[in-house]
Amino acid sequence: MKATAPGVSGGDIVGLRPEPALETNNHRSEEPTPAEARLLRGWGRTAPTTAHVVAPRGPDEVAALLGVFDARGQGAGPDGHTGRGGVIPRGLGRSYGDAAQCAGGTVVSTEHLDRIGAIGSGGSVVVGAGVDLHRLICEVLPSGWFIPVSPGTRQVTVGGAIAADVHGKNHHRDGSFCQHVTSVTLATPTGVHRVGPHDDPTLFWATAGGLGLTGIVTEAIVQLLAVDTSWMVVDTERFDDLDGVMARMDQSDMSYRYSVAWLDCAARTSRRGRAVLTRGDHAPRAALPRGTEPVRLPRRPVLRVPVPAPRGLLNATTIAWFNELWFRRSPRNQSGELSTIESYFYPLDFIADWNLLYGPLGFVQYQFVVGDAEALRATVDTIGASGVPSFLAVLKRFGAGNPGPLSFPMEGWTLALDFPIGPPGLPGLLRRLDDVVMEAGGRVYLAKDSRLSPDALHAMYPRLDELDSARRRVDPEGVLRSDLSRRLQFAGGVR
Amino acid sequence: MNNAFGVPQSMVVLGGTSEIASTIVRRLAQEGCRTVVLAGRDAIALATAAAATIEAGATLAPTVTFDARAAGGAAACVDECFASAGPDVDLVLMAVGQLGEQMADEGDPDRTAEMVTVNFTWPATALTAAAARLRRQGHGRVLVLSSVAGVRVRRSNYTYGSAKAGLDAFALGLAESLRDSGVVVQVIRPGFVTTKMTKGRDPAPFATGPDDVASAVVAALGGGRLVVWVPSTVRWVFLALVHLPRVLWRRVPG
Repeated sequence: MKATAPGVSGGDIVGLRPEPALETNNHRSEEPTPAEARLLRGWGRTAPTTAHVVAPRGPDEVAALLGVFDARGQGAGPDGHTGRGGVIPRGLGRSYGDAAQCAGGTVVSTEHLDRIGAIGSGGSVVVGAGVDLHRLICEVLPSGWFIPVSPGTRQVTVGGAIAADVHGKNHHRDGSFCQHVTSVTLATPTGVHRVGPHDDPTLFWATAGGLGLTGIVTEAIVQLLAVDTSWMVVDTERFDDLDGVMARMDQSDMSYRYSVAWLDCAARTSRRGRAVLTRGDHAPRAALPRGTEPVRLPRRPVLRVPVPAPRGLLNATTIAWFNELWFRRSPRNQSGELSTIESYFYPLDFIADWNLLYGPLGFVQYQFVVGDAEALRATVDTIGASGVPSFLAVLKRFGAGNPGPLSFPMEGWTLALDFPIGPPGLPGLLRRLDDVVMEAGGRVYLAKDSRLSPDALHAMYPRLDELDSARRRVDPEGVLRSDLSRRLQFAGGVR
Repeated sequence: MNNAFGVPQSMVVLGGTSEIASTIVRRLAQEGCRTVVLAGRDAIALATAAAATIEAGATLAPTVTFDARAAGGAAACVDECFASAGPDVDLVLMAVGQLGEQMADEGDPDRTAEMVTVNFTWPATALTAAAARLRRQGHGRVLVLSSVAGVRVRRSNYTYGSAKAGLDAFALGLAESLRDSGVVVQVIRPGFVTTKMTKGRDPAPFATGPDDVASAVVAALGGGRLVVWVPSTVRWVFLALVHLPRVLWRRVPG
């Protein structure tokens, strides 16, 4: 028989670990939560930095922690470190770049803010910032509810979804995540604020997509979407060129709740921009064949990438093969196919740590939005002509944006691309794309950024001063900072 | 902060008038580096280098003077450089060095001492001071300009070569000590580089120019390879050369 020593990691000791103390009111711990110096990286694995990581055991501890940092350098946090290096929250670390890092400062992990309240009759639910969307779905789906907006992965926290104001395949109809949040509990260096679209809207919208720079969301009230089943009815169509798919999306996106196209930007000129469009809706009970269980909960990833893949596994040739294979296996035209939530919304969640496939150097994701179709065509041509290999790109038509000064979506076309680090032409290509996007009055998505310049940021987000004045009100000393805000020189990162 | 490609926004150059360093600085300024602190011995040459740096796109190029013959001043020099750079230093480039005159140096203990100080003691002291600051900062990169002269020391420049060998080994050890700290150390080992420092000497096989070194450095920033050989082929050449019997090694030209 094998003895399990305490402290050995693995499933068998889960039961031995003391329950995290959520009810901080009746549980005042004697010792402060310890901070630990840890090397943190984004999902793209590109620019790791070290910070003190603290995991407060409840909303009160978050507030207390930020209160200490109020007068910069005056207070001392756990282990004696001061807030001088800045403070930023972090969930599951799924932002691609440096948004949830704070070199030399303090990173507040939201892992213990994991409370899910009872679902109200109208479908609203109080959720802790550290709850991930997978857990939330599993919790609410059996009673006929679904999350209002699904990003490309379930492995993000509610706090992260608010901080990045994530969007999904239903943006053209339902807007982004924060448009379904009715209230947010925000811990700041000057106290705790409860804000919503009708209650201090300025601070609420600055927080929506505000990348944690206005404070740490500890809890939020989310308005869920009523669904009949856990199944999706999906129509798939294949297009040989960009114009075809864009015209179809323009015409008939509105008759579906969800719509997204996968685009091949790396193919040779004749086939550049070929695409597969998938559109769908939640399946009503009546659409299910007899004997199908109406609710099937999504499962955690089944495969895991153990170590970073060798350098150059994903190169121009393998990427072209992959794109070809993916295009050919998609049906030319298929309608009414039943699909599960995980295969429709989260195809990549099937493999945990898929980012390691990009090898030791990591990768850059570039997502931008532009108002007009002409600018989108220009970017696709620029990418194709550069010869820099890019994985399947994701194309989506956005509906109108929301009032958040740092919220990414705006009416128009958005394209998301993955580029492995390595090709010498890549930095220059991305700078050229920045120029096209800026020229067209568009912007790039900061939750995915790891290489924009401060000048480009200030041109793309002209309302940064609104964010900043809201931020100053609750964080006058500029305690809330991330590697991203320092790199792009805005909010507490100064300019 | 360094971006995803390792391009810094602020850097400190120790040995800021070196031709290789200037070329690297110019390239990084073009890529988006805005603050460049140039430290060197000659104030006039530094002013010229600072002007060129601004010309290339940097917005700030303060200068700091020091004398690498006095290792005791290294830590203070690093302090001054960090203070002029602002809140963060993303990259420290160690380009201090002096080729010397082998024949004169080897007969003169004082000159030998100076060669060792300038090429090893001062740089190692400064690197120690810089590493401590970067570790506290939680991020940053250190580039150390080494040389293939230190990979296998030759009769014709053994004083310089041995000091470089020391610095190279020191940097490798430093890199190991900074693992998982967020600070990356990279050692650049160029072959013979045709610059003002090597002027008048016969170029060795596989000679490169400062531009080649700068390109290799910029490319390496995105990677994080510990040792960067320039050109990359000298790595394999030296793999063979270190095992060459001494009788033959003596006859290798260069």
